[in-house]
Amino acid sequence: MPERVKMPKLSLEERRTTFSEVALGLDASMAQAEAERCLQCKHRPCVKGCPVGVPIPEFIARVKAGNFAEAADLVLSVNALPAVCGRVCPQETQCEGACVRGIKGEPVAIGALERFVADYRRKETSGPTPVPGLAGVKVAVIGSGPAGLTAAADLAKAGLKVTVFETLHAAGGVLRYGIPEFRLPKRVLEGEIQAIQELGVEIQLDTLVGKTVDLTDLRREGYRAFFIATGAGLPRFLDIPGENLNGVYSANEFLTRVNLMGAYRFPETDTPVRAGNKVAVLGAGNVAMDAARTALRLGAKSVQIIYRRGREEMPARLEEIENAEEEGVRFELLASPVEILGDERGWVRGLVVQEMTLGEPGPDGRRKPVPVEGSQKTLEVDTVIVAIGQSPNPILVQSIPGLELGARGTVKVDENGRTGLADVWAGGDAATGAATVIEAMGAGRRAAADIIKTLAEEVK
Amino acid sequence: MYKITAKEQLAPGIFRMLIEAPRVAAKARPGHFVVLRTHEAGERIPLTIVSTTEAGEVEVIFQVMGKTTAYLAGMQVGDGLPTFLGPLGVAPEVPEGPGTVLCVAGGVGAAPILPRAKDYSQRGWKVLTILGARNEDLLILEDRLAEVSSALYISTDDGSKGHKGFVTDLIPELAQKEEISEVLAIGPVPMMAAVTKVTRKLALPTTVSLNALMVDGTGMCGACRVSVGGETKFTCVDGPEFDGHQVDFAQLRQRLVQYLEEEKLALDRYKKEGECQCLNG
Repeated sequence: MPERVKMPKLSLEERRTTFSEVALGLDASMAQAEAERCLQCKHRPCVKGCPVGVPIPEFIARVKAGNFAEAADLVLSVNALPAVCGRVCPQETQCEGACVRGIKGEPVAIGALERFVADYRRKETSGPTPVPGLAGVKVAVIGSGPAGLTAAADLAKAGLKVTVFETLHAAGGVLRYGIPEFRLPKRVLEGEIQAIQELGVEIQLDTLVGKTVDLTDLRREGYRAFFIATGAGLPRFLDIPGENLNGVYSANEFLTRVNLMGAYRFPETDTPVRAGNKVAVLGAGNVAMDAARTALRLGAKSVQIIYRRGREEMPARLEEIENAEEEGVRFELLASPVEILGDERGWVRGLVVQEMTLGEPGPDGRRKPVPVEGSQKTLEVDTVIVAIGQSPNPILVQSIPGLELGARGTVKVDENGRTGLADVWAGGDAATGAATVIEAMGAGRRAAADIIKTLAEEVK
Repeated sequence: MYKITAKEQLAPGIFRMLIEAPRVAAKARPGHFVVLRTHEAGERIPLTIVSTTEAGEVEVIFQVMGKTTAYLAGMQVGDGLPTFLGPLGVAPEVPEGPGTVLCVAGGVGAAPILPRAKDYSQRGWKVLTILGARNEDLLILEDRLAEVSSALYISTDDGSKGHKGFVTDLIPELAQKEEISEVLAIGPVPMMAAVTKVTRKLALPTTVSLNALMVDGTGMCGACRVSVGGETKFTCVDGPEFDGHQVDFAQLRQRLVQYLEEEKLALDRYKKEGECQCLNG
């Protein structure tokens, strides 16, 4: 049985000093060799594992035959951001996790193949399939992250006139400000956004809906439906002493400075960032790995992930944990931050952590960390990056009277993304709380389908 | 692009501009601010909205402090800003008067205080204003503040105009003469801290407007966090105005100098490139 084709990676030396993309992608012959490994299972377990239902065996069959453009068409028919998904989806728990090849040995590298066909066809887009009567009907998508862009593409393909409103000065949402260049090069994102704009989608930047305009204004301007895709942009802090010392960042701030504002090129750009020499990243999700790997590239001498549970419990993708480890990120596990210490000038000088042990499983099935009595220690650090999660930003949703909210400020929706208001849908992190790119895209797709169906009935 | 439609120098290093931004202008209320960028590689900085025009322009007033404000000062009528986001922050509701408010403005703090003083005045409040600066040359908006105030007191550090000394010197006497119900103080952090110290003794409720460092300005990054009454607040979405007696000014001062070295480097580089006309002018 042929082994899974390994994707070439950038040399470790370059990874430590540059922001160049780490995973280099497969070339055509590698992709074809990997496609050979697909068993073309009749029951398509991999497709069931994909939230947007990419026709995986079918596109892989075309890769095998060398028909890359057709393979790309198949993927693009259901997935507007394949070059992003191929890079950032947790395939091991989705399509690849369901792959029959994975039972004895390694699953087919579906993510790598998806990325290959998307990169191959980046400049072209699939044509829209217009719905009668919807041409020119105005709909608003609020937020240009994965959920918003996916919905916008689908809505435009149906013939709707779509405007995407984005608060920041560049589109992409978390793909722009959150995910670093070395994991998702900005040119790849630009390519995908351009493809969506070519479908007729207009993107209005610098527009904070809820402040610059509100839904009442937009309804007056003729918008018939709204999709709220404002993500989870509000950083959480631990609420421990010392969190406002100089040198403490939220992961959002740290990554936004670097990714959106280009602080890694300071003083060529005007926005600075200070990674310091000894960095502690609090949390062990994908955002924490991104922050840790970014800090290394900015010149930090040592970077540690501080996590209160064990290795098995870390929520980040396995691939990202491995990448971080390879690059020299260290893991201080079963350690819970207690206090950040400052020097006389108000800068971080240390982090006090409490040693933990894993107790009984909690209601979520994960074993609960419990403190080990009398075992605190101080780590010498000069920068602390808090990456313990984000909540939805309240600005927009608080500006909409009658919109029902759930736990932690998420918008309450049904399975089609409908809120209690007749012309408002929501999806992605704004509705679920912080989750994955592909789940947000799936929500965007479902909401778009429901908006199209609803408006089609209205115009009948 | 958001076009600059007017530009005027108000004092050495202090400029006034009108920016074409109809959507922002339509929604702006006294106390709101914008976040702008001057060029593609530029940073995002917050500036208070001073006023708006019927034509959809937004008035901003700024002092040249670092690279971005220097760059902005070098821009001309007809140039465009790539980013002009707003209106941001909480615009405080002024209750209907009568009442007496004491507005204390330090330096370029006169700019954010003007729309608030005007709002108080329009709602039937008696507005007393203390306007202070280092010297007479740096006093701005004197006429416009006088227009909305029933009395305007001037104070300069060197005595070149009005009272010689600090704005705080004038507060106790005024508080004795007048039935002041609240105080609004906007200016440099040491000045606001000093005002709150005085008004605490006089038991006068005091609001301050904070100029914390920001990146996005919409609650996304937390760079602007401040301690207010022992709780962490984001200046951009919870403020910029807070109860001055609850603000941890020492922490605010400390957080404001986080990037001092980088700011100096960026400004020096900019001056060296010879693109900066404002600092010599």
